[in-house]
Amino acid sequence: MIGVFHPGSSVVHRAPALAKLGLLAVAVTATALVGSLPALGIVAAATIGLFALARIPVRVAWRQVSPILWVLVFAVPVQWIFAGWEAAATMGARLVLAVALAAVYTLTTTVSATLDAMQVLLRPFARWIDPDRVGLALALAIRCVPLLADLVREVLEARKARGAEGSLTALAVPVIVRTLRTADHLGEALMARGVDD
Amino acid sequence: MSAIRFDGVSHRFDDGLVVDDVTLELTERRIGIVGANGSGKSTLARMVNGLVTPTTGTVTVDGLDVARHGREVRRRVGFVFTNADTQIVMPTVREDVAFTLRRHRLDAPTAAARVEAVLERFGLVELADRPAHRLSGGQKQLLALAAVLVGEPAIVVADEPTTLLDARNARRIAEHFATLDEQLIVVSHHLELLESFDRVIVMEAGRIVADAEPEAALDAYRALIG
Repeated sequence: MIGVFHPGSSVVHRAPALAKLGLLAVAVTATALVGSLPALGIVAAATIGLFALARIPVRVAWRQVSPILWVLVFAVPVQWIFAGWEAAATMGARLVLAVALAAVYTLTTTVSATLDAMQVLLRPFARWIDPDRVGLALALAIRCVPLLADLVREVLEARKARGAEGSLTALAVPVIVRTLRTADHLGEALMARGVDD
Repeated sequence: MSAIRFDGVSHRFDDGLVVDDVTLELTERRIGIVGANGSGKSTLARMVNGLVTPTTGTVTVDGLDVARHGREVRRRVGFVFTNADTQIVMPTVREDVAFTLRRHRLDAPTAAARVEAVLERFGLVELADRPAHRLSGGQKQLLALAAVLVGEPAIVVADEPTTLLDARNARRIAEHFATLDEQLIVVSHHLELLESFDRVIVMEAGRIVADAEPEAALDAYRALIG
């Protein structure tokens, strides 16, 4: 979700996020239940069609799908040895298709649209949970990943500069202190922007 | 211009007084606040939109007590922080600007038009769908300012907005400040940024030690820091 959205105006981009989420759930479930390779071939063709319809460049799609191939490099041979080539191929195809279908969603849907969809989904439970607050918590969780990644990178560099590469303390203490301070600043910024008013 | 009043305001943290009995009325369009680290200038600025409330005394914005009417005050007062990274909430530039308008309950076309207008004004249109965390420091500070201004506040308070920026980006921010119609309060160590302001306040140990037009106030500050 972090920086994955690929802007566009295709029909896939314009489709409501809630509908896309529903279709994604149905498609991934169906892919998991389909047992034959020809049927998975049809799902694969449909998925490629969706990428084309959304006008996603091949390199952008590849960047989303390729990480799962590292898992398959280990998982497929093991499955082949214990369950035969057909089971291995089916498992591999299912995984790739599930990731590819999810990629179609994330590449064509902004985080805001996803959060709005989540809030609509949570509305029936508004008596017990605040959908706005859950949506904000999800947004912050997504936002904090690159923020904390930068923070850890800076601390690692500082630790290296001080010649303390092996020290767990020199990593953990500044990361914890700075994370807490960042959380304070983020809270202050949210307050300044009127959140929870 | 809005009227901001500090009336006998003090603020105490655990280890002592940070702001000490300040009485002040701010009605000028552009006001600068300078002072050494720990002089209380950032705390004073934070009181304007209720991020910090006085331990004693009252702060009012257009007659609204910030301690009792924080919500209304924060709609009038936008705040720009030193580190824009901690002010950015949403993943993309456009979404972060739009985030400010969530509390305004505007209809979607009006909100979208306001977001596009402010993106255009700050030259962020090309970057609108880019991940906000991948922007440069200067672009992030522009985004922070854009995200504040889209809410159309009457007052903008900026706490050391150029401290983390290089000279060129600091100049860009200063140029944008110069074009603002809103009342502006800037806490800064960049004295040249404040030279064209209407009024500059110098703080030392929680107290106001000089309050004049920029030339006199900045001379007093230079004398103070030696």
